[in-house]
Amino acid sequence: MSGAEMSDPWLILLVVVPLLAAPLCVLVRSPAGAWAMATAVAWGVFAIAVKLLIGVLDQGEAVYRIGGWDAPWGIEYRLDLLGAFVVLIVAAIGAVVMPYAKRSIEREIRRDRIYLFYAMMMLNLSGLLGITVTGDAFNLFVFLEISSLSSYVLISLGQDRRALTAAFRYLIMGTIGATFYIIGVGLMYQMTGTLNFTGLRTIMPAVIDTRTVAAALAFLSVGISLKLALFPLHFWLPNAYTFAPSAVSAFLAATATKVSAYVLLRILFTVFGEVDLFAAFPLQPILITMAIAAMFLASLSAIWQQNVKRMLAYSSIAQVGYIVLGFALASEAGLTGAIIHMFNHALMKGTAFMAIGAVIHATGAVTLKDLEGIGKRMPYTMGAFVVAGLGLIGVPLTPGFISKWQLVSAALELDMWPLAALILLSSLLAVMYVWRVFEVAYLREPKITTRVEAPLSMLLPTWILALAVLYFGTNATFTLNVAQTAAQRLMGGL
Amino acid sequence: MLFNFISEAQTIQLAVILPLIGGVAVMWLGERNRNLREIASLLTAGLEFVLVASLTPEVLAGAQPSVDMFEMLPGLAMTLTVEPLGQLFALIASGLWIVNTVYSIGYMRKNNETNQTRFYVCFTIAISAAVGIAYAGNVLTLFVFYEVLTISTYPLVTHAGTPAAVQGGRVYMGVLMSTSIGFLFLAMLWTYNLTGTLDFTDGGILAGKVEGPELAVLMFLYMFGIGKAALMPTHRWLPAAMVAPTPVSALLHAVAVVKAGVFSVVKVIVYIFGIDLLTVADGDNWLLYVAGFTIISASIIALRQDNLKRRLAYSTVSQLSYVILATAILAPISIAGAVLHIAAHAFGKITLFFAAGSIYTAAHKTEVSQLDGIGKRMPFTMAAFGIGALSMIGLPPTVGFISKWYILSGALDAGNGFAILVIIASTLLNAGYFLPIVYAAFFKDQKARDPSDPNHKYDRHGEAPVAMVVALSFTALGTLVLFFYPDVPLALGRALVGG
Repeated sequence: MSGAEMSDPWLILLVVVPLLAAPLCVLVRSPAGAWAMATAVAWGVFAIAVKLLIGVLDQGEAVYRIGGWDAPWGIEYRLDLLGAFVVLIVAAIGAVVMPYAKRSIEREIRRDRIYLFYAMMMLNLSGLLGITVTGDAFNLFVFLEISSLSSYVLISLGQDRRALTAAFRYLIMGTIGATFYIIGVGLMYQMTGTLNFTGLRTIMPAVIDTRTVAAALAFLSVGISLKLALFPLHFWLPNAYTFAPSAVSAFLAATATKVSAYVLLRILFTVFGEVDLFAAFPLQPILITMAIAAMFLASLSAIWQQNVKRMLAYSSIAQVGYIVLGFALASEAGLTGAIIHMFNHALMKGTAFMAIGAVIHATGAVTLKDLEGIGKRMPYTMGAFVVAGLGLIGVPLTPGFISKWQLVSAALELDMWPLAALILLSSLLAVMYVWRVFEVAYLREPKITTRVEAPLSMLLPTWILALAVLYFGTNATFTLNVAQTAAQRLMGGL
Repeated sequence: MLFNFISEAQTIQLAVILPLIGGVAVMWLGERNRNLREIASLLTAGLEFVLVASLTPEVLAGAQPSVDMFEMLPGLAMTLTVEPLGQLFALIASGLWIVNTVYSIGYMRKNNETNQTRFYVCFTIAISAAVGIAYAGNVLTLFVFYEVLTISTYPLVTHAGTPAAVQGGRVYMGVLMSTSIGFLFLAMLWTYNLTGTLDFTDGGILAGKVEGPELAVLMFLYMFGIGKAALMPTHRWLPAAMVAPTPVSALLHAVAVVKAGVFSVVKVIVYIFGIDLLTVADGDNWLLYVAGFTIISASIIALRQDNLKRRLAYSTVSQLSYVILATAILAPISIAGAVLHIAAHAFGKITLFFAAGSIYTAAHKTEVSQLDGIGKRMPFTMAAFGIGALSMIGLPPTVGFISKWYILSGALDAGNGFAILVIIASTLLNAGYFLPIVYAAFFKDQKARDPSDPNHKYDRHGEAPVAMVVALSFTALGTLVLFFYPDVPLALGRALVGG
């Protein structure tokens, strides 16, 4: 932590710009003005994210010390390759969702509240990015709360009155999770006297045998697992994603769980990076069990859903299972699989939620019964949904295939044959829940046959993301290399 | 090389991409310009065949031109390599596509099918995937196009949109997807894990890397993972696919899709396992028996089917296992026979399906028991049917005789009594379920349908539309011509086993 390291101001701008945009949205008040500002900020953030990723690929890490104070005293922002990759995910999804949100939100939220929606989106974006760039455990808690509180509000803005109870349930569960996290941080601070991740990492080997650290690890893991919606702590998620406004579902489904997964990675592999965590605690069997339970039980639940948004929500829980499974393998290949799946799933689930949001916008339909023949009525929108759906199955030429390839390879590398078989088996469940929608959308006759496409401002962002799905499924060399390097650095130290 | 202005590498890539370009044209022209749309289909098919055929001389001369399309995973590219077996498959698929397009136009128009544009577009994607499979230079490329073929044919299978079609589509997707994801994908990654490569290599890549029971398990994963080869019990998707319009059954479920299956089987055995490894290691003994069992039991089931298309489907299941059996014998001459049989069965079975489709179109008959005397009303169709049937049984002067001859001599050379027995028994069974149809068609009298049957008004039918008759006469003729001139497929088959 020598002062010689260059401070990179872009790191702080990444967080501060959307943070300041939030009150400005409130001041502007007019829906169009708030939207224009939010969109501009989202694209600006995306540009910064790309710049940062290029810089990190080039030079290793980016660091920013707030107020110029060095690490143990001041708060340090530190962005490694993994962080830069997650920042890119969040920023990219933000950049496509914001233009999409305009027309979608106009129909779903009362006009006099629209500026609040954009303010909350900005806070949420800032919170998620802050979590990713900060190198300080307490500062992370602050951003965790910013993103959580704003997402409770965003979910409660949903049209359906059940959005309120969904948001409230999320509030309770999220608060418990955050409390667990802060208790864990407190215990670690008590043992080490530092909140800086790098500092924690250095001191950890000296205190690893204490019961306090064991308790801290337990509190941290459970707290983050709640935010991550890791089975069996996922109960808040289905309703939250189902009843939230479409743009919110798309944004949160693609980013929120990824950022939580990132925090879990930080704790397991950075804070506890110098100790052999998986030997000290029976972490592997616990994580694998929960991951597999998520993959199967959530996929089975998805098969029985009538509401397509809820089906996608259960699918998200199952996909979190894949990500955690990658962690649990604790090998470079496994981590690579987890990291690439964070990116791939964000693209696919974002596309799926945006497509179904466009259907809701145009027809109000969201249950399978209402979607009969929708493929003929909204060919462009459903085309994007088909791309995303095939991705969720893991068909070749979609990113899902790449993730599956990497995860199964990782399992085979460790001679974990049953695990490889289970991954493949669970992806067959995805065939079932995705194909139900395809059958209804394309093989039933619509009751009304008029064409009703969503407005271009929704269709275009959806298809941009769908094309990204196709691109990163066809040419995964870049993403896999980034994920692999990030995994290497994570395994080998910061 | 055919054209001076495109390189060989471009020709290979274009062979995969061209049908997709045609598909875009077809979609753009749409139902409003249906004549232009049909011309676009035909033009694409014709050009595709020219492209594919232009590569033949070089392959026969022993070259194996190869091109990397793009790097999909680090160190693993989508590679196209033209080798003898793939060249033959590509020739068959693209050549019969032309004939099938002519036939489709007649069939789809006469039967007033809906969503014709979607139909033709999906067809172009399927052909592109079939050629991609043919030219796949490694298992990854093969797998990618294999899955594209499955998905692009799903809308064709469920074309009618009826509950029966939806049900058939579920079985189709269910079996093909679960075998490929569950087994083939695992086999591919296992191979990659063992050898660090997935390239199809002369002599195989697994020698010295895997042995004993593991070899047998890997073989099991490959053979049942390639569900399109319809080895029992993964054959259920094929009869289910018969709900599709007949042109689909004809080109895809008698030629492109199923041949992609057995083609992959041959390719994996020859280029991944390697004949030498299997000759020493006995990893595929069980395959011989499973293939033999499939041949016999599918024939017995076919014997009991009254629905003509289902009978043909089970006959396909049985004929596909001929190719697998011939490959599993591991004698070079029987493998050459297997390759020839891919071509022989393609021409014979597409003729039979074309005939079934024109019977349906002209007479609205679908059951074998309704076909008494139909030969008098549809002489061309039923004559072609007879030729196709002879080829299935393996009688001269049809190409089926030659391929069976090669397979049988391979079995004799290897002293494989089981294979010989299976071939003889199945020949009798084939005769048992095909000859009565031909006999009834020409020598029995037509039974009029009950007036309450809404289809009875079609009783005084004639031949099917001319486009269909031309197509089926052409393929029937092909079956005969290949008997006299089997040179190209045989040369390609011999080149495969280096003989």
